[in-house]
Amino acid sequence: MSAFLEIRNLCVTLKGGAPILRNVSLSVSAGQVHGLVGESGAGKSMIGKAVLGTLPRALAVTRGEIWLDGVNLQTLRPAERRRRIGASAALIPQDPLTALNPARRIGPQITRRLVDILGWSRADAEARALELLAEVQIPDPARVMRSYPHELSGGMRQRILIAAAFAAEPKLIIADEPTTALDVTVQKQILRLIADMQARHGTALLFVTHDLGVVSKVCDTLSVLYAGKVVEEAQMRRFFMHPIHPYSAALLAATPSYKDPDGSLTPVPQSVIDQVEREVTDHDRRVGI
Amino acid sequence: MRDARGDVKRPIGLRLWLSGGWLILLVLAALLAPWIAPQDPLAQDLFPSRLPPFWEAGAEPGYWLGSDSLGRDVLSRIIHGARLALIVALVAGTLTCLIGTALGLIAGFYRGWPDRIISRFVDIWMAFPPVLFAILLIAVLGTGLTSIIIAIVVIDWTRFARVIRAEAMTQGAMDYVASAQVAGRKRMGTMLTEILPNVLPTIIALLTLEMGIAVIVEAILSFVNLSISTDSPTWGGMISEGRTSVHQAWWVLVFPLITLFLTVLSFSQLGEGLKDRFDPVLR
Repeated sequence: MSAFLEIRNLCVTLKGGAPILRNVSLSVSAGQVHGLVGESGAGKSMIGKAVLGTLPRALAVTRGEIWLDGVNLQTLRPAERRRRIGASAALIPQDPLTALNPARRIGPQITRRLVDILGWSRADAEARALELLAEVQIPDPARVMRSYPHELSGGMRQRILIAAAFAAEPKLIIADEPTTALDVTVQKQILRLIADMQARHGTALLFVTHDLGVVSKVCDTLSVLYAGKVVEEAQMRRFFMHPIHPYSAALLAATPSYKDPDGSLTPVPQSVIDQVEREVTDHDRRVGI
Repeated sequence: MRDARGDVKRPIGLRLWLSGGWLILLVLAALLAPWIAPQDPLAQDLFPSRLPPFWEAGAEPGYWLGSDSLGRDVLSRIIHGARLALIVALVAGTLTCLIGTALGLIAGFYRGWPDRIISRFVDIWMAFPPVLFAILLIAVLGTGLTSIIIAIVVIDWTRFARVIRAEAMTQGAMDYVASAQVAGRKRMGTMLTEILPNVLPTIIALLTLEMGIAVIVEAILSFVNLSISTDSPTWGGMISEGRTSVHQAWWVLVFPLITLFLTVLSFSQLGEGLKDRFDPVLR
């Protein structure tokens, strides 16, 4: 199976030199779900943003390659890169409240990719959008198409964003903590919905999260990130049975358990943090930062 | 899904009624000035000079708000003055809005060097005292309606540029802009279709505010005799003339002043009211 998205030695740096991503390499095969876990600030979201070309303007890719569908994005001109990303990748964003334009109706926000990139007619795109809204279990899709975002609940908006992401049948979807901003009860539904949609459409999915429980439910492979460095890349099953890196093991041990709700939480031990910090420093010294 | 917005009554509200009503009255007065003004605003007649308004002893019918020291009817001059005030408000306000908004959007959304250039210009501009700047400009351009409009645009575009830049920056950081970019939108298209509709309420509020300010600037320029030629009636010119005789004939000063005050207030209140109605979340 060939990798649809392959990131090789990606370095992203804050203008001024502070490293954000350190030699990140990972690959997502067609139709596979790859989880990206790490603490807040580990750089999980930045990987997704680097792939989609939406890095904040203070950050820049300084080294490495991003291969999307056999093409090195770094070698393309901006317009061509944008077109290529738009045609084959999509984003399910973190916060459904800011991810829909409040001044525009839902309909055009789903259909724009179809119309703009694939050149569909408006009528075809609308028919497809209705179909998709039904697929993500939104009642009365025709009415929702005419609504403004603020008329809908957070869960509804996240469903709409999922529909919009799948609209143009992208080969890769990057889900950036898609359940973080939602209610716990809704989280589960949305998670199942994303997993179902992914399986049905055979899309490759890069799933960014800090929740190992979520990863265990939806992912095939995963990368653990610490301070912008991949600490461990593993198959799902192997990872949960035998995590190799002590940091991964400590993360797993820190996950609260349903079976033992009163058991005390185990924080990541200082010795492990010291070790990963040392590895990061070593890495920086090796590449000369 | 139940939609409660249909049940919410949205009365136009006293604020919109009053401000809109006053401005409509003013527009009608300006349009119909030659027919409704009781006297010729330029006719001088020393016999009925400094007549008091109608409720005071010694008032003459036909001079409802009294007359000035040259015997010109105050009400007629206010009505004719509304023409110039409204032309300046509409034309100068709109031009300022267009230029300032365009520059503000570009600076706030594109950032980078366009932002640096535009923002530095704004900083430099703001260091000039605006009224002196206007007087200086008129001195260079010469008096006349066009010069006044140019002066107002040149002075006030920064007001729009600053506020719209800040708004565009906030909106530009939102996820929906990133989504539009991922979907292959060009930056220009994103700016016009995603950002602009979201800053529209602010633009409307600023525009009406700017119209009020344009009226004030015109009045200030008339006050220092740099507006249109001295014989066409302007509110600022009337205030300036009334100032010299305020102890003998207060009405020459006070009535144009009240008109000016109400007009500027109405513009800003209209803007606030319209802003609420245009807000996408409240719409």
